[in-house]
Parts: sequence; structure tokens; C-alpha cells
Amino acid sequence: MNAGWIVLIGLTTGVYALKAAGPLLLGNRPLPKIVNAAASLLPAALLSALVMANTFAGGKHLQVDARVFGLVAAAIALQRKANFIVVIVAAAIATALARWAGGVL
Amino acid sequence: MVDENADQPASSDAEAHQAAVAARRPTAAENETQRRTTRRQAISIGVAVSPFGIAFGVTCAKAGLTWLQAAGFSSLVFTGGTQFAAVGVLAEHGAAAAAITAGLLLAIRSLAYGVVMAPALQGRWWKRALWSHVMIDEAMAVGTAHDDLVLRRYGYLWAGGSVFVLWNLATVAGAVLGNASEVWISRLGVDGTIPASFLALVWNRLQDPVQRWVATVGAAISIVAVPIAPAGMPIILAGLAVGISPFIGRRGRLPAATTR
Repeated sequence: MNAGWIVLIGLTTGVYALKAAGPLLLGNRPLPKIVNAAASLLPAALLSALVMANTFAGGKHLQVDARVFGLVAAAIALQRKANFIVVIVAAAIATALARWAGGVL
Repeated sequence: MVDENADQPASSDAEAHQAAVAARRPTAAENETQRRTTRRQAISIGVAVSPFGIAFGVTCAKAGLTWLQAAGFSSLVFTGGTQFAAVGVLAEHGAAAAAITAGLLLAIRSLAYGVVMAPALQGRWWKRALWSHVMIDEAMAVGTAHDDLVLRRYGYLWAGGSVFVLWNLATVAGAVLGNASEVWISRLGVDGTIPASFLALVWNRLQDPVQRWVATVGAAISIVAVPIAPAGMPIILAGLAVGISPFIGRRGRLPAATTR
């Protein structure tokens, strides 16, 4: 239990410092052009990494599983301009079906 | 752009940019439509991560933490990857220092998010301090779906708030009730909804060739990094992909930020 509270306090401060550093140190002043340019491209890199990591990572190794089907379903839905809720429901259904089929076959 | 009222051509990039910005500013109706879409995204993404909140609560119980500690993690630390990593170490009877290190590694990306979001989070220091607490993947994702800074902050706060409420409720539910949440997440394909959400939020950016390249290289970096880099590093290493942009050329680059 003690370890739990120590970790909680340590992470509360550490993580908050990381989260707030940008807005507190850089907020209310314009960023230099090059930082602004890089920052405008960062979401594309970070979000695509989040997509990949959440699809293909299984702990510390890569793993191809039912989630790929979910991703493909999402991509198809997005290509057809479906709204956000439809996209994620389609992904859930595709993932669940693929997993069920994988278990049955 | 040439200002036809002037005696000379538009004298600076800034003026041309402001004129372009004014032309692009949305109407009130468009604004409300965008806000409604954003709210829907924010709530949907909050619902999508809730099962993982339950799973976290269950993991805490398995690691011997009280429901109060679980609630503490989800409200004060409030970063999914970090929470799972840290409690995972504790569950394996790892040392507090190891748990904290693992947790912080997974939070490094928050620093990048903060830099990206900073221009949209302008205001008194205490407001920025408060808003920073929800600097999570989902809030960054929903926020950066907009280039307009006002809408960006709107999306960020709505997503951050939605996830905060739902994640915390789910955590307590999981810690107190404890159940086979992992089995249900798997059976209902809920884990497929998370990458789908992020894909949906990056999708529009992929229209632009430079953004598409950066996204592709970022994806490649993250895939390569998963087996070889420590936990949490693949995402932040993918950020290096922005370095390729000078080599792609200036076609169709989106503006860094439009209105305040």
C-alpha cells in the first residue's frame, strides 16, 4: 500500500509537469515560426503513431490480430465519409467478428 | 494577395495571411455545426475509453490497491498509458521507483502535446495550469482536428472533460465491482475502437501531401520502435517524422494556426 501512495504522488507531480510545461512556459507568447511549423505537423505524426501502436502492439512485441480488421473497417467507413460514431462502431463490430471467427476457425 | 486599395502591393506576408484567414473564418452556422460535431467526437471518444477505465480499476484491485488509490490515479495522474504501466509494475511487486519511471516514460508525449496545444490554450496562468491537466491523447486528437485556435481549445476541453468524467466513473466501477472486463473488451471488439478513433481524427489531415508523408513516416517509426524501444517511446519517437517536411516541398502545407 505504501508503494501505491508513493507512486501516486510521484506520478501526479511528474506527469503534471510534463503536461503543463508547454502551456505554462510557452502560452501567451507567439511561438517562433519554425516551432509553429513543426507543431502543426506533430499531430499527424503522433496520431498515426497512436493508430499503429494501438493496432499492432502487444506489449513489447508486434502482434497482428483482430484489431487490424477494425482498422480496415474504420478506414472504409472514413473513406465513405461516415460520421465518428459510425466509424468506431464499425471498428468494434469488425474487430469482434474477426476475433470470433478466429476463435471458431 | 494584392490589396487593391493600397498604392503598393501587400507589403508583408502577415497581411496576406490575415486576409486569407479572414476569408476562411467560418460563419456562425458553420461554427455551430463544427462545435456540435466536436462535442459528439468528444463524448464518443470518452465512451470508447471507458471500458479501459474499468479495466484499469480491475487492474488496481488485482495489484492490491484500494479503490481510493485507483480513483487517485485516474483523477490526479489521469493518463491511461502511464496508469497502466505504473500499476502493472506494482502488480509485479516492482519498486515504487520503477513504477514511477515506467509511468513517466509513457507521459513524455504529454510534453509534445503541450507544445502543440500551447497556442490554443492562451489565457491567465491559472487557467492554463488548469487546462493542462487534461493534456491526454484524446484531448490532443480532438483538439488538433481543428486549425482554428478557438475551436481547437473547444475540442480539447470537451474531449478532456468527457474522458475525465467517464474514465473516473469507469475506474471506480472497475475497482469496486471488479469483473471480467478484459474478456468483454475483447469480445465486443472495444480495443478496435481506439485506433479507429485516432484514425478518424487524423483522417482529414491526410488530404495534404506534406501531412500525409509525415503521418506515413511517423507510422513507420512507431512500428519499428515498438519491439526495440522502451514502453512509451514509439509514440514520441514518431514525432521525429516532422523532420522530413523540409525535404518534401511547399505544396499544400496547412497554416500553423488561423484565428485566435
